[in-house]
Amino acid sequence: MTHDNNDITGQLCQRLSHLTESKIEIEPDMNLIDTLALDSMKVLNLVMEIEDEFDISVPINALADVHTVRDLATLIHQLISSQE
Amino acid sequence: MNLIEKLEAVAEERKSLLPAGLEAFGIPIEAVYSPTEAKIGGRRVLFLGTNNYLGLTFAPECIAAAHKAIDEGGTGTTGSRMANGNYSGHRALEKELADFFQCRSAMVFTTGYQANLGTIAGLVGRGDTLMIDADCHASIYDGCRLTDADVIRFRHNDAGDLEKRLRRLGEKASTTLIIVEGIYSMQGDRAPLKDIVRIKNEYNSYLLVDEAHSLGVLGEKGRGLVEETGTLDQVDFVTGTFSKSLGSIGGYCVSNHPQLAELRYISRPYIFTASSSPSIIESTRAALKLLEKGTDLRQQLMENANRLYARLESLGYQLGPQPGPIIAATVNVPENALLLWQGLLDNGIYVNLVLPPAAPDDKALIRCSVSAAHTREQMDHVGDVFEELHKSIF
Repeated sequence: MTHDNNDITGQLCQRLSHLTESKIEIEPDMNLIDTLALDSMKVLNLVMEIEDEFDISVPINALADVHTVRDLATLIHQLISSQE
Repeated sequence: MNLIEKLEAVAEERKSLLPAGLEAFGIPIEAVYSPTEAKIGGRRVLFLGTNNYLGLTFAPECIAAAHKAIDEGGTGTTGSRMANGNYSGHRALEKELADFFQCRSAMVFTTGYQANLGTIAGLVGRGDTLMIDADCHASIYDGCRLTDADVIRFRHNDAGDLEKRLRRLGEKASTTLIIVEGIYSMQGDRAPLKDIVRIKNEYNSYLLVDEAHSLGVLGEKGRGLVEETGTLDQVDFVTGTFSKSLGSIGGYCVSNHPQLAELRYISRPYIFTASSSPSIIESTRAALKLLEKGTDLRQQLMENANRLYARLESLGYQLGPQPGPIIAATVNVPENALLLWQGLLDNGIYVNLVLPPAAPDDKALIRCSVSAAHTREQMDHVGDVFEELHKSIF
C-alpha cells in the first residue's frame, strides 16, 4: 500500500485528535509539544503506534528535527519510501 | 528566551508540580542513624525509599574496609583509570566481579549511571541499532543519545512486541543491542528474560541486562535475574550499580566476551572521569563478599517485601505485578499522591514520590523500597499508616 504525504498527515491528525482529547481541529503546522501539549513520553508512545500502523521502524533519534505534525508526516513518508 | 529565562521557566514548572512548602524532591536529610532510620525536618523517620536493599550501608566489615583504605590510600585518586587512577583495588574488584558472575571480563565505572553510558556508547555506533524497553532507566536513554545509532523502543516487558520490531529490522537485527532491566525501578516488575533471550538468539542480536535493582536481590547467590532465570551464559552484557544492594557508589559491566576490555580505550564516560576513591572500592569489595553469602539477607528482604505487598494489596492499593524490593502504589489522581506522601512523612515514614510525566498515564506513584534491615514491626507500622491514610484520602 502506498501513502502520500497528505494521507499520512491526515491519519496523524486523526490519531492526535484522539490522543489529546482536544476539541480543536488538529492542523498540520501545530507544534506537537508547545501547541498540543504532548509530553515527551506521549510523543515516544505515539511513535510506537505509528511504527505499527505503517509497519516501519522510526528511530527516536530521527525525531530531533520533528516539531510539527507536518514534520512527523514527512519523516514517516521518507521512511516508507526508503523501504519501497 | 535567553539562558536565564529558560531556568526561570523551569522554576515555574517545578513550582506548579508541588504545592508551596512540600519538599518531595531533594528533601534535606539532616542525619542518618541506620540503614532504616534518619532525621528529616527535625524528627526521626523510617527510611522506606532508599534502595538500600540488603541494609549494608552500616555493615561493620564495609566501614572498617573503607577506614583502612583512607588511611592507606588517601581520600581520592584524583585521576582517570586511563591515567593515574588505576589502583590495585580497582583491578581487584574487577577480578572479584568477574569471578562472582562467572564471567571472563569485568569493568568498574565511577557511578552506575556511567556504567550504562560507558558500556552503551562504547559498544554501539553509527549503523548499529539499539532496541530498548520503553521503561528503561534514564541512564540507558542517555547512553543511547551518546551513540550515532538508531534507537527504537519496544513496549514494556512485551517480548512479542520486541520480536515484531526486530523482524522489521531485517539484516540489521544482527547488529542490534537489546537492552532490558532485571527489575524496573518504577513499578518493581521483572523482565521476561527467558523469552527475551530466546528472541535475541533467534535474531542473532546482542543483549544487555541492567541489574541495578536486582543485584543481591534475585538468584541464589544474588547475581540477579540472569541467575534466577538461568540465562547468565546467554546474556552478552550485564551492568549494575554499587549504590543499591552494595551500599556504596559506582557501577560495573561484566561479560563473557573478552573483548569487553577494549572499551577501556574508547568509552568516553569511562576515560574522561576520575576513578572511584579507595574507600569506595574497598567498602564495595567487602559488601560484595557479604552479598554473595547473604542468602539470609535475601530471605529477610523478601519476607519484608511479601508482608508489605500483601498488606497494601489487601487495602486496595494498585501495585505492580509481584512483590519485590520495590513496591509502588499507583495513584490515579496526582493530588492524592501528594496528600499520601505528605501524610506518610507526617507519620514519620519517608517514601519516594513520582509525578507525571516520570510516572505514566498522567498518574502518580508512591514508591516504597524495602530493606532486609527493616523489621517485621516496622513493616506492620507502615501498613497501619497506609491504612489510615487510605481511609482519609481515598
